[in-house]
Amino acid sequence: MRNGSCEFVLDDAAAGPDELVAAALEPGSDVSWADGGPVRTCRRAWLDTFDWRLYRAGLTLEQVSGRGFADLTLTGRDGEVLATERIGAGASGVRWPSLLSGLPSGPLRELLEPVVGVRALAPVARATSRIDERRALNAEAKTVARLAVDRMSVTFPARAVVPPRLSLAPVRGYQGQADRLGHALAHVLGISSGSGSALDAALAAAGRRPADRGGKGAEVQLTPAMPAPVAMVAILDALVDTIEDNVTGAVRDIDTEFLHDLRVAVRRTRSALKLAGHCLPVGLARRFRPEFRWLGDLTTPTRDLDVYLLSLPGMIAGLVAASEADLVPLRDYLARSRAAAHRDLARGLRSARFARLIREWRTELAAVRPSRKDQTVARLADGRITAANRNVLRTGRLITAASPPADLHELRKRCKELRYMLELFGSLHDPARRWQAVRELKALQDCLGEFQDAQIEREEIGVFAERMLAERSATAATLLAMGEIAAGLARRQRHARSVFDLRFADFAGPASQARLAALARTAAA
Amino acid sequence: MKIFATYNIKGGVGKTSTAVNLGYLAARDGFRVLLWDLDPQGAASFLFRIKPKVKGGGKAIISGARAIDAAIKGTDYDNLDLLPADFTYRNLDLLLDSAKRPERKLARLIDPLKAEYDLVFLDCPPSISLLSESVLHAADVLLVPLIPTTLSVRTLDQLAEFVAGFNGHRPEVLAFFSMIDRRKRLHLQVSAELPESRAGFATTAIPALSLIEQMSVRRAPITAFAPRSIGARRYADLWREARQRAGL
Repeated sequence: MRNGSCEFVLDDAAAGPDELVAAALEPGSDVSWADGGPVRTCRRAWLDTFDWRLYRAGLTLEQVSGRGFADLTLTGRDGEVLATERIGAGASGVRWPSLLSGLPSGPLRELLEPVVGVRALAPVARATSRIDERRALNAEAKTVARLAVDRMSVTFPARAVVPPRLSLAPVRGYQGQADRLGHALAHVLGISSGSGSALDAALAAAGRRPADRGGKGAEVQLTPAMPAPVAMVAILDALVDTIEDNVTGAVRDIDTEFLHDLRVAVRRTRSALKLAGHCLPVGLARRFRPEFRWLGDLTTPTRDLDVYLLSLPGMIAGLVAASEADLVPLRDYLARSRAAAHRDLARGLRSARFARLIREWRTELAAVRPSRKDQTVARLADGRITAANRNVLRTGRLITAASPPADLHELRKRCKELRYMLELFGSLHDPARRWQAVRELKALQDCLGEFQDAQIEREEIGVFAERMLAERSATAATLLAMGEIAAGLARRQRHARSVFDLRFADFAGPASQARLAALARTAAA
Repeated sequence: MKIFATYNIKGGVGKTSTAVNLGYLAARDGFRVLLWDLDPQGAASFLFRIKPKVKGGGKAIISGARAIDAAIKGTDYDNLDLLPADFTYRNLDLLLDSAKRPERKLARLIDPLKAEYDLVFLDCPPSISLLSESVLHAADVLLVPLIPTTLSVRTLDQLAEFVAGFNGHRPEVLAFFSMIDRRKRLHLQVSAELPESRAGFATTAIPALSLIEQMSVRRAPITAFAPRSIGARRYADLWREARQRAGL
């Protein structure tokens, strides 16, 4: 049932629906079928982010295009229409993939914003539908329900024909009669009740499943008794899949999350090699760690500028003396610098060095074989989580009021390593316990992140100012506005530093440490 | 949400035909339209092939025992719904009389529908009563069909005077000639003279045509079954004027 309507599928793709539909009418019934007008043809595209954020949130965004128009419709889990927006068709329409800023302002965009965020929307399936409508009339020849016969041909992600789908929609106030008709249709041989959406049907026909990939990669399912090398290969395979999945989007610059997710996968790979590389064949981790470091460094300039550009609206909103117009030269400068950085990034991701890294890494992972004396992954996870936790505690306890920012940055890196270990081996732990165990760690990471980001952004804004002065693209008003931003960053950093002791004490305290120790033990048990 | 009402103290002047056709044209223009058939004779309901019956009758609607939207029926046309007539509507005056501030009651009943509909058309029974007063208070535009006779002039003057006495919200009055018979000298004379002496008179006039009468046989708006006919074109002209008057 969707919007009070009933959905059916014809079992035979080649079957004509007319005889089947006629069979639903009981002898002597006062309901009859009438033609519902000419056959309509429309092009359909279902849109989602690369990591299926809409689908995972129970939302479906569909674009239906006809002659000279295109309508975007957002529906909820039970098919209810949440918002619609008419956009131009063809050249005047939205070119996909598109960020939300490419959509007209209005209720649809407002509903999408919290779910889609900075990601771009792109078609996940395309199809052409030929819709033939019939009307069910009562004894007064009044329409009580409409039956749409939808013959859909999928054109993307693969060509396929979907068995005809029937949708019986009641006219308002005639739900009872429509329900009786729907019940009768469900009992006709050759017609089956269908519950899936048109998107599900299109993807199934094309041999795809929705939400079959996530941005940061799906959690690898491990079992405690698995030999450690086997588990490590599974983890590293999933990470290299994520790296490769995100390369095209990062090179084509579809949205900033492709690069972010690629970087996270690289950092996780590096942490896994550093902390658990010893259970791989001798020399493997040592050989590949410098190459993954190169890959990580390759992505840094673009990502740093992405972060700056993404946080700029927030910085502008916090301005007291300066105005947004004063910062237009800074935004232009950042955009130019980012374009240059992205060119270098794209060159690196298309390079023979990157292709060789991925190819050789996959070959080496495929060649890893377990031996009898391997420890289990549960024991490995226990040991690595314990060691990473010990590193955090040791580094953190050395920090005093006089410690330089670099020491806090070191601690942040140790925290990230611990977090990655908890995530990579996450499937060995009870999700609720894991969430509780990382609570204090997360709060500490947030504090360190805020401190470090403010530090870097402060340093960078000074560099930007010097370069803009050198190239004469900054006015006095711009430099003053940048000074105001730098002051705001300094305030943010001071605040983060003032709560650090408390956050670290919470993390290092007995309750938090007991939860972490218990988590490590459950995996080993 | 804008509310249009077709009103005249006299019966058989084309109120229902106007409500049905303008409602259909508004829906075709993309507005979400509700037509409320307030006439217990149920002519508008009949034209849309909908049973003139509301569960609990007028009492349930006026008292609020039955939510108004639960009684709404979809017509055969996109964007056009109907709140059917009910024979108990003949007692709406009595029911309104017992309500608090009866002249505002209809507006209060319609108000919750503003999220769902852009336009409401009220098809009034021919009377001067508490119900018609409530309709006049609720409406933004009063569509007043007049048969071109001397008595019609008096009716229009009385209505204009009555509306002018309202405090606060006053509907726009859009009077127009209906059922003009070009063979009748009086019709031609009055329809030529009256618009010149009265402000706000519509330039469109609806002729008396057998095709318009055919609506009750075909049970559909003329604008739907004969969209290129003269009658349909005149209703389209009238709708354009009504839209303009409502600021749409």
